[in-house]
Amino acid sequence: MQTITNTATRYGWASIVLHWLVGLIFIGQFILGFVMVRTSSQRTAFELIQLHKSLGFLLLGLIILRIAWRLGNATPPLPPSVGTLERRTAPLAHLALYAFQLALPLSGWALVSVSTLEIPSMPFNLFVMPNLPLPESDAAESFWASAHWYLAYASIALVALHICAALRHHFLLRDSVLTRMITPSSAGE
Amino acid sequence: MHARTLGLAAAAACLAMPVYAAVVLGDAAGSYTISQAGSAIRFTIGKAGGGGFDGAFARFKGTIRIDNNDVGRSKVDLTIYPESVGTGQGRIDAFLRSDAVFDAANSPEIQFRSTSVTRTGDTTALVTGRLTARGKTFPEKFNAELDGLKGGTIKFHVTGKVLRSRYGMDVGTPLYSNVVDFDMTLTGRRG
Repeated sequence: MQTITNTATRYGWASIVLHWLVGLIFIGQFILGFVMVRTSSQRTAFELIQLHKSLGFLLLGLIILRIAWRLGNATPPLPPSVGTLERRTAPLAHLALYAFQLALPLSGWALVSVSTLEIPSMPFNLFVMPNLPLPESDAAESFWASAHWYLAYASIALVALHICAALRHHFLLRDSVLTRMITPSSAGE
Repeated sequence: MHARTLGLAAAAACLAMPVYAAVVLGDAAGSYTISQAGSAIRFTIGKAGGGGFDGAFARFKGTIRIDNNDVGRSKVDLTIYPESVGTGQGRIDAFLRSDAVFDAANSPEIQFRSTSVTRTGDTTALVTGRLTARGKTFPEKFNAELDGLKGGTIKFHVTGKVLRSRYGMDVGTPLYSNVVDFDMTLTGRRG
C-alpha cells in the first residue's frame, strides 16, 4: 500500500498507472482522429467520432485527476546522471505536455459545442455531457477544428520527443528515468 | 314496443351524427392523387439531452382511394423519395442520403401500402399498412384525420411513429431516438 503515493526518490503506483493510461489513450486518440476523418463510410466515421469524443472526455477526467495528484504529491528529482541543459528543459517539456493534455480535450469539447451539426455528446452512451457555453456558428466550428488539429500535431511532436528522451535515458545513458516510471521498486536508488 | 325503442334510438343516433361525417361519407368517396403542392411530409427525431432535429421530404407521390360503402376498403399508397430529404443542414442531409441511413443511391424509394383502414371517429381513421425501406418491410400504423374537403380536393393530417432500427437505420442511437415522429399533410386531388 505504501507504494501508491510518490516519495522523494520514486514514483508510486498511482502516478505510474495514470501516466501510462493517459499516454496510451492519448496515442490511441491520435490514431483514431486520423482514421475517423479518412473513413469513407459515413456510418463508421460517425461511430468512430463518437468513440473519439467518449475517450476525449475520459481523458479530460483522467488528466484533471493526474494534475491534482501531481500537485498533491512529492515529485522525485531527476537522477544525478541528468545533465544541466536537460535539468532545465525537462520541466518545461513536462509542463508543456500537461498543457497539451488539458488543451486537446478542451478544444475538442469546444469544437462539438460550437458545431452547427448540434450532435450531442454522450460519453460511452452513459450520460449526456452538456456543451460548453459557447455560441455555435460555422466560423467558430472551423476555428476550433483547426485549433484541435494544430494542438494534435504539436502534441504528437512533443510526445515523440518525450518518448525519444525516455529511450535515450534507458538505452544510452542507462539511468533510472524510464524504469522508475514502470514500477516503484525498480528505481529505489 | 321493442321496435319503437329501436326506431327512436336510430333516429337519435342520426341526429347526433355530425354533419361533417355525413358529408365525408357522401362526398369524399373517390380516387385522389396526392399532390406535392399543399402536401408536406415532416419528421422529428428526438435527441439525448432534449430537443431534436426536424426534416422533411420534398418529393413523394401517392394515391388515396375512399370507398363509399365501406371505409375499411379504402386504400392509401405513398412513395417517398429519400434523396429529397432536407433538414436545413447540408452535411446532415448528405449523411441521411448516404448508406449510413437511407442509402438513397441503392434504395431510391420508401413505400407505404395500406392494408386496412379503420374508422376511429367522425373524421379520423387508423391506417395500417406495410412500410418498405432499404429492402425491409414491416407493418406500421398511422392516424389520419380529415382536415378539409372542398371541391375535388381532400386534405388529411397524418401522424405516426416509426422505429428506424428495423429498417437498418439505427445509426446514432441512443444519441438520437430510435422513434421517428411523422407529421404529414396530404392533399389529394380527385382523379
